[in-house]
Formats: sequence, structure tokens, C-alpha cells
Amino acid sequence: MSFVQNFPFFSIIIAMFSGILSSVLNGKQARNVSLGAIAVTTVMSGAVLWFCLGTGESYTYMMGHFPAPWGNEIRAGVLEGLTALIFGVVMLLSVIGGMRRIFLDVENGKINQFFILVDLMLSSLLALIYTNDLFTAYVFVEINTIAGCGLIMIRQKGHSFTAAIRYMIMSQLGSGLFLIGLSLLYDVTGHLLMSPAKETVAVIEASGSYEIPMLVILAVISVGLAIKSGLYPFHAWIPDTYGYATPAASAMLSGLVSKGYIFLLIKIFYRVLGRETVIASRIVNVLFLFGLAGMIMGSVHAILEKDTRRMIAYSSVAQIGYIYMGIGLGTQAGMVAAVFHMFTHSATKALLFISAAGLYEVSGGKKDYKSLRGAGYRNPLAGIGFAVGALSMVGFPMLSGFISKLLFATSALQSPHKMMLTLIGLAVSTVLNAVYFLRLVITLYTKRTEPAETEVSRSPWMLRGAVACFILLNLILGLGSQPIVKAIADGLAMFD
Amino acid sequence: MSRRKDNYENSRWLKFKRWVDGEVDFLADGMETVKLPEPEGTAGTPEKMDGIPESGFDGEEKKILAGEETKGLLLYRKFYQVMSVLLCCSIIFVLLWTVAYLPEFGNAGNPDNNEVSARYIEQGLKETGAVNMVTGMILDYRAFDTFGESCVLFIASCCVMVLLKIDRNCQDDRTRKRLAEANDRLFEPKNDIILQKCACVLVPLILLFGVYIVLNGHLSPGGGFSGGAVIGSGMILYLNAFGFQKTERFFTEKTYRRITVSALTFYCLAKSYSFFTGANHLESGIPLGTPGAILSSGLILPLNICVGMVVACTMYAFYTLFRKGDL
Repeated sequence: MSFVQNFPFFSIIIAMFSGILSSVLNGKQARNVSLGAIAVTTVMSGAVLWFCLGTGESYTYMMGHFPAPWGNEIRAGVLEGLTALIFGVVMLLSVIGGMRRIFLDVENGKINQFFILVDLMLSSLLALIYTNDLFTAYVFVEINTIAGCGLIMIRQKGHSFTAAIRYMIMSQLGSGLFLIGLSLLYDVTGHLLMSPAKETVAVIEASGSYEIPMLVILAVISVGLAIKSGLYPFHAWIPDTYGYATPAASAMLSGLVSKGYIFLLIKIFYRVLGRETVIASRIVNVLFLFGLAGMIMGSVHAILEKDTRRMIAYSSVAQIGYIYMGIGLGTQAGMVAAVFHMFTHSATKALLFISAAGLYEVSGGKKDYKSLRGAGYRNPLAGIGFAVGALSMVGFPMLSGFISKLLFATSALQSPHKMMLTLIGLAVSTVLNAVYFLRLVITLYTKRTEPAETEVSRSPWMLRGAVACFILLNLILGLGSQPIVKAIADGLAMFD
Repeated sequence: MSRRKDNYENSRWLKFKRWVDGEVDFLADGMETVKLPEPEGTAGTPEKMDGIPESGFDGEEKKILAGEETKGLLLYRKFYQVMSVLLCCSIIFVLLWTVAYLPEFGNAGNPDNNEVSARYIEQGLKETGAVNMVTGMILDYRAFDTFGESCVLFIASCCVMVLLKIDRNCQDDRTRKRLAEANDRLFEPKNDIILQKCACVLVPLILLFGVYIVLNGHLSPGGGFSGGAVIGSGMILYLNAFGFQKTERFFTEKTYRRITVSALTFYCLAKSYSFFTGANHLESGIPLGTPGAILSSGLILPLNICVGMVVACTMYAFYTLFRKGDL
């Protein structure tokens, strides 16, 4: 066994241990520990990806002295490594970019608590990515939920409490449904680890027993995780949550947390319930329709919104809709497109939140269109970052959003029944995206007529550096998409 | 047309309604509970009471708070209530319907009676050294999940601290007001002789029993989670009887941090060692001892002690945080 194969386990434990350690450190030290942990785990994820690409196959890792159906297990393959790598990079840049606002928004004595939450969120995300055990997945879903709640309410100002309560209720509902699904699944299969569970599920499918429980399991798990990731009719918590948390927390919640649950859902579809079963049941069609509705309605809400941060949050509803639409297509190509859009959205939405924070800084902290007029001149790099993010979301060539829209469109051609709906949905949603994003970009680059009343403060180098790196990440995803798409397809093939 | 009752005040419905509203407690021998008069000053708008800055709410929400609801909104609320009840009922129905199709409870041929539980039962004692099979399962076979669970406790206490802890060094008005509200030491009954005498007898017993449960977790039903909860409740009883001054002599925030961090660190390192050796097929070199003895079953005993300490401290910390916003 090569040493690199230990890295998934190391990265989960390092993230957790840094969280535990941070509770006795002060704010600055906790920040350094946290940044170090994120950087180290990101490097490790890169190494895992490189190793799996080299060997061309995935491997399981025993957590303890007992093999698969008895002890816990984690699993790493190309897709796990790639997701962990991109999540790590996005998280690192979000924390660095939002650093100044973290120290402003959070009470002085509680900054180390913020970083504890960040560390544990990282560890739970990594565990959700690497897990090969359903109950481990549930435990870390719980950690993720509590950490998310803490990250929202740590700002401790008016609306952030209501946002946190809203998030908590919806998220707990999702967790509860997910847990019910797991218990039912355990009752009919007798296994919690994914690989033996899948074998039993195949036997059950072949014999035709437990038809109704299997359908309910599939529905309950899908709906539970869809609520947690904010699919359209369950999106009510999104605008408050992303709109009132501190920018770094918003970037992490929208860019990573919701994606972690989607990744888990894909993993359960492939590794437990079996892709054919999922497609044969009509659940995918439901996800497809909800996804389409989300693409349209999220954008309509975003157009009507006056607060620009809530507008970006509503745009997340639309983008989550895209991902579920890809899953709902039910083809391999659709799934590849969905996973690619997951990466696109986490890189782009984090960029939008962080660069928007830079623009609010030079507009007296106001978030409406009028105050933001000309902000692109006052903070050039944040303005460029926001423009790049907005163009990427709209689907401008060379940027990552273009590639994911292209992938969605080409994969739609392979499923004849859903082709027209998908293409029309894509077209309408793109136009709507363009309406609100370009409106804001034009506002940013319109010269302000009245003189500025506030002194323009220069953004910290950390924010500018993070924005530059995010732009670079977007260009990498957009221009070097071929190997990434191939890696995603290989990784999904390894799931079976 | 129904006849209009003259003595509505004596009708059963009104009595029931008043009981539901909490105005009357019939179980308390017809004694009416008197509502406390609202103190002056706080009777104003809800925003003032909560201390939330007014800018936090927009106009519409203010109207709702002030009770000026429009007709459409009321209608929507009714619709919403009816629909939510219907939705819950349908979900309950679907789940109950599913249960009817699940394998019968306790049947020997059920899918969950497979090789997994067979090995836990047959080999558990030999492989983990724990007489209590459940402990062997959660702390050895599936130790990673349990580590996750103890981290859930840790992060939950972190979140409560984020929410309730008040920074004493901060000197602005809002913080001082919250401090004054949170500190209810002034109102607590001091030196209640009955409580103190009872606590003198009970607290040592409760603590000893908790320690017993933790230490015997691998031999008999119990373990870190249950034993820790017992110890925590004993400490809360002691605090209630003797007040913060006595407990602060031995338990402050520093103690709390030291105990939690060292317990979780030990847990983390010990389990990492065991995971690492297990995955790389190395011998862990931890003796399992003779099953049934206190010092047996390898890492399970120390891990139980760690979990017990974390749980006890977390329970006590929750209580003090709710009482005075600090440890």
C-alpha cells in the first residue's frame, strides 16, 4: 500500500484536529492553523487525484482493523480527488478573500470559534466526499449542518439570527428525511457500507421484492438532500442565509456546502441504489422538472430583487436548478455536465460573493444598485472579478460557465424526450441571467454623477489576491476543460 | 338556529379554552394562576424588547409585528396552515404505508440478520475484548462514526457558545444590557437548606454512579455517553444547590477547555493510530487483556473515559451558558 493512499484519511483527521486545537487558541493563531489545514488538505487531495489518475482505478481504505461489511471504510477515486481539490481551493480563497470582513463581523472573542466552524466544515465536506459508508455520511451531514448554522449566526446582527433559524429548520427537515431513508434502506438490505448494500439492492431488484419501500427510500433520500442543497420549491432559506452571513461564510455555504450534498446524492445514486434503478424509477423526472422550474424562477426572483447580495443568492437557486436538471436527464453525459457545473458554480459563486464584498467596501457598505454605481472604477480588481463571474454565469465563451452550458446542451441532444424542454429552459434561463447580471455589471461601470461622500479605502491585498486567483480558476475551468471533463467521466465510471 | 347560551362563562368549552391558554390550571385545585404584570418600559414595541436594531426589519415585517395584518395575508396564513397540516398528514401516511411493506420485526429471516451482526455477536468478544457488544461495536468496529458523533457534541457546544457567550471585555451598551439580563444570580434562592442537604447526599452518589457507568462501559450496559450525562447532571444539581461561587472554585472556562481539548485530542490521536495501523495491515500492539476485567479491551476503556468527560463538560457548559452567558 503506497503512502499516498493514506491521504484521504489524513486530510479528514487533520481538518478535525485543527478544529479541536483552535478552541484553545486566540483568533489570529486559529486563523493561521485553519489556513494551514485547508492548504495541507488541498495539497493532499491533489496528490490523491494524481495517484488515482496514475493507477487508473479507485481504492477503498479501511478505517480500523476490520474489513468492509464490519468496519468503517472510506473510498478514493479520480472524482473524489478532483472534487476535494476544487473544494479545497475554493474554501481557501473564500476564507482569504473574506478575511477582513470576518474580523469586522465577528465579535472579538469569538473569532477562534469561527475558525473552529470552518475547520469542522472542511472535515465534514471531505468526509462526505470520501465516505463509503451511509451512516458515516449521515454523521458528517449533521456536523456540516451545525457548522453551517454557526457560520450564519456568528455575525450576531438582526437578520442573521432569523436566517440561521430558517436554515436550521429546513436543513434539519432534510437531514430527518435522509435519516428515515437510511433506516429504511438498512431494514431491507442489512448493510450500511455502500458496496455490500449495492449488491443486496441488486438482488432485491432482481427478485422484485420490497418494490414500494425501495421507491420510498429513493424518494425520501433525494428529497432530503434536495432540501439541504436548496432545489427550487425548497429554496426559501437561501436568500436570507446567503444574503446576511459574512461574505466568506456566504461563499462557502453557496459554493461548497450545497455541492457537498449534491455530491453525496450522486454517490448514493451510483454506489448504493444503482444508476439503472434510479433512472427506471421516475424520480429523475421529478428532479428534472424541479430543476427546470428552479432555473427559471430563481432568475425571475433575482431580477425582482433590489439588494444585490440577495440577488446573487437567488442566482444560486437557478444554478442549483441547472445541476439537478443535469442529474435529471438520466444520461451519463448529463451527469458529467452536472458535476462540471457543480465545479463551475462553486468557483464562480464564491468569486461573486467575495468580489461583491470588495465592491460594497468602496460604496459605504450599501448593497443597492444606486450606491454601487461606478464601484467598478473605485475598486478595479473587484469590479473585474465581478464582471468575470457574472459573464461566466451568463455563459460567456472562454469562461467555465460556457463549457457547462455547452455540456448541458450536448447531453440534452442524447435524451430525445427531454431535449426540447432542456434547450428551451437553457435559452430562457440564459437570457434571464443576462438581464440581472449584465444590469449590475453595467451599473458598476457607469460613472457616478454626484461626488462620492465616503472616503475610498483600499481593499486589503488578501481580497485582491483571492479575486485574482478566482479569476484564474475560472479561466482554467473554462480553457482547460477537456482533461477535467475526461477526469469526471472516468471518475463516474469508477463509481459503478 | 342554535339556541344562544346565557351562561357562556360556565360552559365546558370556555373552561377548556382557558385551560389551553394557560389562564387556569384545574389540576392545581382550581387555583387561578395570575399573570405577572408587565414591567413598565418593556411594554413598548417588540423591537425595543428584543434589542434588535430597528433597521433590521423592513416596513412590511414591522406592520406584521404591530398586528396590522391585511386581509390577504390572513387568508394566506389560513391556507398555509391547512396545507401544512395536509402535507404532514400525507407524509405520515406514506411512511406508515411503507412500514407495512417492510420485513416483520424480530423475524429471524430478516435481511438485517446477516453476516455483519453474526460476526459482531460471535467474534465480538474475541476481537474487541469488550463484554458489552454494543460498546465493542461503536468504539472498535465502527469507531470512525463515533468519533464523528463526539465531534458533533463538540461543534454543538461551540455553536451554543457562539450564540450565548457574552464577551465581558466588550464595553458597549448592548453587551452590558445582555450581561445584566443573563446574570440571574441575583434572583436565585440562596442557601436553600432542604436542597443543600439533599444534594449533600445525592451528588456524591450520582457522580460515583456516573463514574461507574463510564468505567464499566465495556463490561455492562453503559459507556461514555450515558455515564457522562449522569456526571453532568450531578454537577448541575450541585450548582443549583450551592451556587456559582462554589463551583467556580473547581470548574471555570479554563478547566472546561483543558478537559475537552485534552479528551478530544487523545481520542483523535489514539483512533488515528488505530486507523492507520489497521489500514496498513500493521499490528497495533495494544493488548486486549482478559475479557471481563476492568483493564481490558484495549483502547475502549480510555476512549469511554474521554467521551464521558466531553459529554459531562458539554452538559454542564450548556447549563451555565443558558444561566449566565458564560462558563
